[in-house]
Amino acid sequence: MRKATLFAGLVAGFSTFAFNAAQAVEIEYWQYVFDTRVKAMDQLIAEFQKANPDITVKQVTFPYADYQTRVIAANMSGNGPDVMQLFYGWLDKFAAGGILQPLPTDAFPHDKIESEFFPIVTAMKRGDDYYGLPTAVRSLALFYNKKLFTEAGLDPNNPPKTLDEYVAAAEKIAKHDAAGNLTVAGSTLDMGGQDHQWWREVLIRQFGGVPYTDNDQKVAYDSEAGIMALKFYTSLQLEKKIGQAGFMDEGQAAFRGGKAGMTIDGTFRLGSFRTIKDFEWGVTELPANAEGVRSNYASYFANGIGAKTTGEELEASKKFLAYISSPAAMDIWLKTVGELPARRSAALTEANLKDPIYGPFLKGLEYAHTTLFLDEAAQRQNAIDMANRVLLEGQSVEDSIKQAAEAEQEIIDSAKP
Amino acid sequence: MASIEQQGTASGRPGGSPGISFGDRLSMRTKRLLWVWGFLFLPILFYAVIRFYPTAQAFWLSFTNWDLLRPAKFIGIANYTKLFKDPQFWKVFRNTFTYLIIGTPISLVLSFTIAFFLDRVRFMHGFIRALYFLPYLTTAAAMAWVWRWFYQPPPIGIINDVFGMLGIPQQPFIRSVDQALYSIMVTAIWAGLGFQIIIFMAGLRAIPTTFYEAARIDGLGEWAILRKITLPLLKPTTVFLVVFSSIGFLRIFDQVYNMTTNDPGGPLGSTKPLVLMIYQTAFNSYAMGYAAAQTVVLFSILLVVSLLQLFILREKK
Repeated sequence: MRKATLFAGLVAGFSTFAFNAAQAVEIEYWQYVFDTRVKAMDQLIAEFQKANPDITVKQVTFPYADYQTRVIAANMSGNGPDVMQLFYGWLDKFAAGGILQPLPTDAFPHDKIESEFFPIVTAMKRGDDYYGLPTAVRSLALFYNKKLFTEAGLDPNNPPKTLDEYVAAAEKIAKHDAAGNLTVAGSTLDMGGQDHQWWREVLIRQFGGVPYTDNDQKVAYDSEAGIMALKFYTSLQLEKKIGQAGFMDEGQAAFRGGKAGMTIDGTFRLGSFRTIKDFEWGVTELPANAEGVRSNYASYFANGIGAKTTGEELEASKKFLAYISSPAAMDIWLKTVGELPARRSAALTEANLKDPIYGPFLKGLEYAHTTLFLDEAAQRQNAIDMANRVLLEGQSVEDSIKQAAEAEQEIIDSAKP
Repeated sequence: MASIEQQGTASGRPGGSPGISFGDRLSMRTKRLLWVWGFLFLPILFYAVIRFYPTAQAFWLSFTNWDLLRPAKFIGIANYTKLFKDPQFWKVFRNTFTYLIIGTPISLVLSFTIAFFLDRVRFMHGFIRALYFLPYLTTAAAMAWVWRWFYQPPPIGIINDVFGMLGIPQQPFIRSVDQALYSIMVTAIWAGLGFQIIIFMAGLRAIPTTFYEAARIDGLGEWAILRKITLPLLKPTTVFLVVFSSIGFLRIFDQVYNMTTNDPGGPLGSTKPLVLMIYQTAFNSYAMGYAAAQTVVLFSILLVVSLLQLFILREKK
């Protein structure tokens, strides 16, 4: 008797479940765990479901260190996400591995993408297809400590505009004790942080070269420009002594601790620096060279549609992707996460451009480059080693560049899909 | 045991099914064997699926170019030729053996000396022993981060602050290509010391005091007692600790990874052990086949080193 009731209950339960499933379509959205990003996405999902009551979006998150492996493993077992977030640098792997499908051109026409988004969106294009669209983008800028500027007799409202001014300001701020140890850095030197991007996409170009050719598959910095760029960078520690790699463990820690006058970092650092209580800080564009040439490095996480999503899930996923890359969603993302909108119209508003913090980052986006990494971790490590050979082992800049270029070419060649 | 078994069978299969007569036909010995294997079956299955199958799989993978995404393709010994030509591998190989060859003897001599003298201390014995054991209980990652900050250059590193006060020149420690490996080795030795001391002390206590009494009556000095009685009788303990500590140093990872997260493996890979290289190859570059080849090499090294130690330290009769 009791069994019969239980069975009836089960049947009833399953049938209501089936009934609901027929009514509403549920799609899964995956991203990695980062408090503000998860919150922003919760908010976007709520808004989206309000406008589309027949679609339910389930957000699934994983720790960053696990995220790629999870996506790949889920794809192998055939139950991956419908819409997922991915770093632009993972695209080659994800597209070649059949994890993503090209964005359907009916919902995402190319001419619209290219005219409305910042040009760096082309990093999501392979062949004739786009594989994802970003909600927000990140760029670099120079953070500076206004208190240390004032103490060094510099104008805290007039941060350096050129590389020469940057070096001069840093020399004034840097302090050493009697034994010659650095106690306050003029500027942080941290290749493991954002400096490798600064060297690769900004300094090399400012010294008249290019880091790569052939869609970033051929290393081109084994050149006069590459050598001059690395010489400039390493001389900051070796000759001008304005900073030291490893000072206070990490560049951002030194800046946070009020022991560094300047640091180069990205929009993603804003959340952390906003909690600084001991001093006021400002942001300015990355310094230009003497001829006024500027450059920047921009990167982003994009959202793409899973290769195995079809039918009504695909239709729902298209709608959802369109919504999370809409100007309204970008606005929510900017307010919650602090990352810059990926559409020109949403980004370059008067209010944003005048904003003393977002302004410099947004200006940087206009002339930013995006490195198409094939193995981001290994290519970054290669740049760290290149600088360390000069800083710690006394290798000549020329030899170090040559060695780094050969090693990186090998990394790129073996990572090519 | 037999009665329990029969009760179990009886209640499990009521009504005189053929099972009982089958069970009755088995001899006592067979029943006991069945019983034993019944219990062993689960752990064996577990180990076969979780440990041995993946190990065997790793050997196969090391001959493929598997990258998680596309099906694995057999590429012969290409991974191994690439590995042996890779200067990075040889650097890592050298690092791993430096940890082993310098770390193991130092940690054993230290822990034996401490255990030998601690054994004679009666004053606050338990407390001192607890102090030595404490680091072993601490999470390696937490400890590594504390040491990472100790080792910082001025103005925040404690060790360099003390050096400054004493007028000793500042040291770069984990920022130096020459000192980084030893800086990390010190923390690893310190962390494992507690365990080794406890094992040595247990070994020392197991030596019958009558041996010592007899030796003293015969007029042997302390040094001779140590050489002729203590050390030889401690041999099983020593063999265990040598193998155990060597495997620990060959697999060192936590300390290295956590002390140098912003440049994993230290400046220019100066502290990178084989395990960290495997981790990076597999989970940063997703070159699973190549990583499997490195794993096979590590496996072979562990096997050879362990067998060699057991052979050298074997009981000579």
